[in-house]
Amino acid sequence: MKNKDTQDLLDLASELRWEVGENFHDTLVEGIYTDAAQIAQKTEIKIGEPNPYSFERKLDRVLTSKKYGFPIMILILSIILWLTIQGANYPSGLLASFFLEFLHPILKTGAFQLGLPWWLDGFLIDGVYLALGWVISVMLPPMAIFFPMFTLLEDFGYLPRVAFNLDSLFKKSGAHGKQALTMSMGWGCNAAGVVATRIIDSPRERLIAIITNNFSLCNGRWPTQILIATIFIGALVPDGFSSIVASIAVIGIALLGVGFTFLSSWILSKTLLKGEVSTFALELPPYRPPNLWTTLYTSLIDRTLIVLWRAMVFAGPAGAIIWLISNIYVSDLSLANITIDWIDDFGLFFGLNGVILLAYVVAIPANEIVIPTILMLTVARLNLMGAGDGVMFELESTTETATLLHAGGWTLLTGINLMFFSLLHNPCSTTIYTIYQETKSWKWTTFASIMPVILGFLVTFLVTQIWQLFH
Amino acid sequence: MTELEACDSCVLNNSAQLLKLGINVENADYVIALAGNPNTGKSTVFNALTGLKQHTGNWPGKTVIRAEGGYRYQDHKMKLIDLPGTYSLLSTSQDEEIARNFILFGKPDVTIIVVDAARIERNLNLVLQILEITDRAVLCLNLMDEALRHHIDIDERTLSKELGIPVIKCSAIKKQGISELISTVHQVATRQIICKPHRIKGLPKSAQKMVDKLDKKIRKNYPGLPNSRWVAIRLLDADADIIKALKNGDF
Repeated sequence: MKNKDTQDLLDLASELRWEVGENFHDTLVEGIYTDAAQIAQKTEIKIGEPNPYSFERKLDRVLTSKKYGFPIMILILSIILWLTIQGANYPSGLLASFFLEFLHPILKTGAFQLGLPWWLDGFLIDGVYLALGWVISVMLPPMAIFFPMFTLLEDFGYLPRVAFNLDSLFKKSGAHGKQALTMSMGWGCNAAGVVATRIIDSPRERLIAIITNNFSLCNGRWPTQILIATIFIGALVPDGFSSIVASIAVIGIALLGVGFTFLSSWILSKTLLKGEVSTFALELPPYRPPNLWTTLYTSLIDRTLIVLWRAMVFAGPAGAIIWLISNIYVSDLSLANITIDWIDDFGLFFGLNGVILLAYVVAIPANEIVIPTILMLTVARLNLMGAGDGVMFELESTTETATLLHAGGWTLLTGINLMFFSLLHNPCSTTIYTIYQETKSWKWTTFASIMPVILGFLVTFLVTQIWQLFH
Repeated sequence: MTELEACDSCVLNNSAQLLKLGINVENADYVIALAGNPNTGKSTVFNALTGLKQHTGNWPGKTVIRAEGGYRYQDHKMKLIDLPGTYSLLSTSQDEEIARNFILFGKPDVTIIVVDAARIERNLNLVLQILEITDRAVLCLNLMDEALRHHIDIDERTLSKELGIPVIKCSAIKKQGISELISTVHQVATRQIICKPHRIKGLPKSAQKMVDKLDKKIRKNYPGLPNSRWVAIRLLDADADIIKALKNGDF
């Protein structure tokens, strides 16, 4: 009986829908607006000055102007990166010397006195502990400087202005303007960026936003970019300029990511995901003076420590795996060396190397551990880490990281290509899982995971070819 | 606001009866939804009530998944659901659907609608839509400090009369007005305050007639449905979700 009633009701509804005409939706929206305007008029009281927000309007006119919008955006990003690069080096060295130089020998001696078997001591101290030590010393300082500054900018209300500046470019790429917001969110974390695409109504444009979110450099990749740029690009110029040049290089990569976002959005909207661009209203929220201490607290707790914790959770097991494959020998060669030798030529073909490729496989769970993994694998490959008899090497600062990488056969080309590959490779496993959760489609999840890797190999190959033309 | 500040810091104040429960929300007596436009400080209100540290940010679309938390007030345990911020409930994006479905089918005991006091007209669009769905709501006029700084004040009594629900001036980030909000929400939840929510009047007569006709039919089929008129409006607008929900017997 209920079913019949429901059907009757729906029939009546469709009948009336004809009578009411196709403009009912607009009529409804207008009706709501009229009511809202009337109530607002009755209740809003303007005090004193006739023109509220005049300062904000002026500020907006500058920050979102056609002429100054982009330069200001790039300038602000440059300043943040420059401060990060300048500020991170010294504390990084301090932490490294504490964990690797001071605490490590003590732990080794302690383990020896306890009479731990060499393999357990190696597994725990040279594997798990060293990986953790590296993650903390390489990642904590840049994050502790970068994230609070980025959060201050976010709380101030600058990100929607960035979205506003980029909006027309997104529309030209056949994508939704709100993708500018999800892209900015991806600069923090791609998984969060993918979830944020829920603000986009049309499924077509939402898929484009999901697939291209990986082109936003995330938390886990900024430190890699910053470190490699400092070592390989900053070193090309005299000391006084090195951090400026390194920041410019990192911005170049971040902007390249934005470029790839536009390009792939455009290609997708012309091929696999054809359709109309929907319009929307982007609200520029008011500027709010950030609450300095709250921001510092939340960005340290919510971002820095959570990212660091995630890196440590993945780095511990990764360290153990690295130690194991470096210490299990098959006819005189360790498993790690066998694998690296096996893929080295493939890597070199793309201007990378076997260590980098293996590191990217080990680091699928978290981009954060790419650099520590590369360092450990390089050490293992150079046989600096003798099995059982203690590890005696220092990693005091970026200079010494540089020495280590150069010893591993790295060149400027390797550094540049690593920066490209760090931008263009598969999303981390969390993001892949999130993409599946949001799309419920294996097809698009696979596409979103593999497309960037193919692009990465394409770009590094091209760069290598061009490089070889000049060398 | 200065008087409020003094009261809020007093131990004899309502806040003293507030026990923030964080994420411990089992066996709640009342379910409270937190709705509003993006960037009106919903997450800040949520944090002020629950003691949680849900991340807040100054840009639209910060919360797209719903967060839950709880607090205890006068022997009642309240479960608070922070809904995604939306500009309307009429379109089909996922965040709007999450917010709409929770208010419609989750039937919260009270819906706190957080609005930006300095942008009342734009915010009212969503308020009016929510008031079509639920008849138990409290308006949290947030960011009052900012509005005053921009030379805008709100006549909250007139607003309350117009909307038919209690209106509380707040500045959640400074914890101003929160204690009053808590006690008002409690009064609405326990039916000490009965709301008479505003219903959209701006429709032209011809459309209004259709809505009434359909509304009558719905009320016959579903006696006691508080939002029959809204369901009628959505049916006339050919809202596929509502049609599906009717067929599934979700009402």
